[in-house]
Amino acid sequence: MGPLWKMTVVELKLFVRDPTTMVFTFAFPLVVLVVLAGVFGNTPETGDEGEVAFRGVGPIDYYVSAYIALTISSVGLIALPVRLAGYRELGVLRRFRASSAPLVAVLGAQLIMMLVLTAVGSILLTSLGFAAYDIAAPEDLGLVLAGFVLVVVGFAAVGLLLGAVLPSARAAQGIGLMLFFVMMFLCGAGPPRDVMTDSMRTVGDVLPLTYAITVLQDPWLGFGWDVTGAAVMAATAAISGAAALRFFRWQ
Amino acid sequence: MEEQDGVAIRASGLRKSYGDVVALDGVDLDVRRGEIFGLIGPNGSGKTTTVECLQGLRAPDAGTMDILGCDPASDRSVLRTKVGCQLQDSALPDRLKVWEALDLFASLAPGADDWVRLVEEWGLASKRSAAFADLSGGQQQRLFIALALVNKPELVFFDEMTTGLDPASRRVAWQLIEEVRERGATVVLVTHFMDEAEHLCDRVAVLRAGRVVACDTPGALIASTTAGVTVTFTCDVEDLGWLQRIPGVAEVSRSGSRVAIQGAGPVLVRTAAALAAHGLEPEDLDVERRTLEDAYLALADQPSAATAEGLAG
Repeated sequence: MGPLWKMTVVELKLFVRDPTTMVFTFAFPLVVLVVLAGVFGNTPETGDEGEVAFRGVGPIDYYVSAYIALTISSVGLIALPVRLAGYRELGVLRRFRASSAPLVAVLGAQLIMMLVLTAVGSILLTSLGFAAYDIAAPEDLGLVLAGFVLVVVGFAAVGLLLGAVLPSARAAQGIGLMLFFVMMFLCGAGPPRDVMTDSMRTVGDVLPLTYAITVLQDPWLGFGWDVTGAAVMAATAAISGAAALRFFRWQ
Repeated sequence: MEEQDGVAIRASGLRKSYGDVVALDGVDLDVRRGEIFGLIGPNGSGKTTTVECLQGLRAPDAGTMDILGCDPASDRSVLRTKVGCQLQDSALPDRLKVWEALDLFASLAPGADDWVRLVEEWGLASKRSAAFADLSGGQQQRLFIALALVNKPELVFFDEMTTGLDPASRRVAWQLIEEVRERGATVVLVTHFMDEAEHLCDRVAVLRAGRVVACDTPGALIASTTAGVTVTFTCDVEDLGWLQRIPGVAEVSRSGSRVAIQGAGPVLVRTAAALAAHGLEPEDLDVERRTLEDAYLALADQPSAATAEGLAG
């Protein structure tokens, strides 16, 4: 087995042995989904003047795809940078460097791990949605999967950049959690954007989770392919990824 | 070819600054193949920076390096297969198991050693499936040493490898270092323990304020920096003035019944002969040899062009 594969397997094992991160990554979105279903149910509602709250679909149809994006953002903004910054802080990266571990293996393992984790999280969310709330199946599964990979790569790049520049696990955790909750509440994974004020929407417009959600939601709900969102995610991936490689420090 | 001229490391004029702090101020080193080479010096004298440059972990600001015929800055693949490192200030993920660490690092080096054998040799067999964080300090250190050897290196750097080991583990580590050398590898040992350097090293370089101030065998360093020996014994006889007349004796001092004679040359034999001639046979006649620690302290005290802050830092 090559170093990339070995490192990926080790990273996945370490993730499974870390219950706190596991619970936050997998259980948190499930619990919030159950709470929201209790509050809103899954029936599309239209106001007296024809205004809609959840893009005109059932709230849980809305939230399952949004929470797949949220799970991806949680791994990319918190778990991945905490891991990388902690490795630098403890001297794990120094140890790797001294053995000439290829950078591609160190960072690639994080990306593959993130793909696996977020795929598991997405399957859990979707299964809960189908089993308990009878959500709609994806209209265009192929585009949903393409959107999934694009969003994972985009947030992985953001995570690698945060992990590359933040000095310690503690700093990564603080900044990651802050970014995560700001995005969760302003990008449509908390209150839907339809009910936000204009200023909230404006802030949401510059945050990547907004686009991550629509890239997954549009093909799922039959709104087509979100070209703008896909372009934003691709640009996020390219710019953050290049910056991560540029600013990465082994010690 | 470099392979034949018996040189493992040749470094000249290494300089490295961190902002205003000069860590290396022109370090020159030659390490021969097959020797155990020690680097000693006070904290902040540049020992770790020197080995980090030689390991390719830091780029020096100036100077040239030749490691086993390669430049560590540009030729990392050679380092991967020929050089092993045990680093100060490094760690592994808390929940990584011993066997997983060895397996992972073995995968980084083509033609790596059989790590199962390393687990046995380094007394980690019972800890194979233990997590890194659950190992004692000594066990973690032994794991790092095993990791340093996993690529069957021709040159191994040990940076304060016995720090944190209990005395018994230290002796085991010393034996294993000698075994590493007997198998043909060159060893560079950074240490704060003078007994360790004196016991293990063929040659020792003393760093001070980013420069090599002395480099020789431990014996030669001791001889060049400290004069003579001290002979001691216990004696109740009042008049010992004749001791002063023994050739080579510089000073006789007395503290109660304890007598100390300082001098150079075969003072012990002459003192013993003189005592016997005077009918005295003290049972505790002993000689205090100068150690590398004495030489080190003498070198550290010597005035030099460099500032004294280098010693404190």
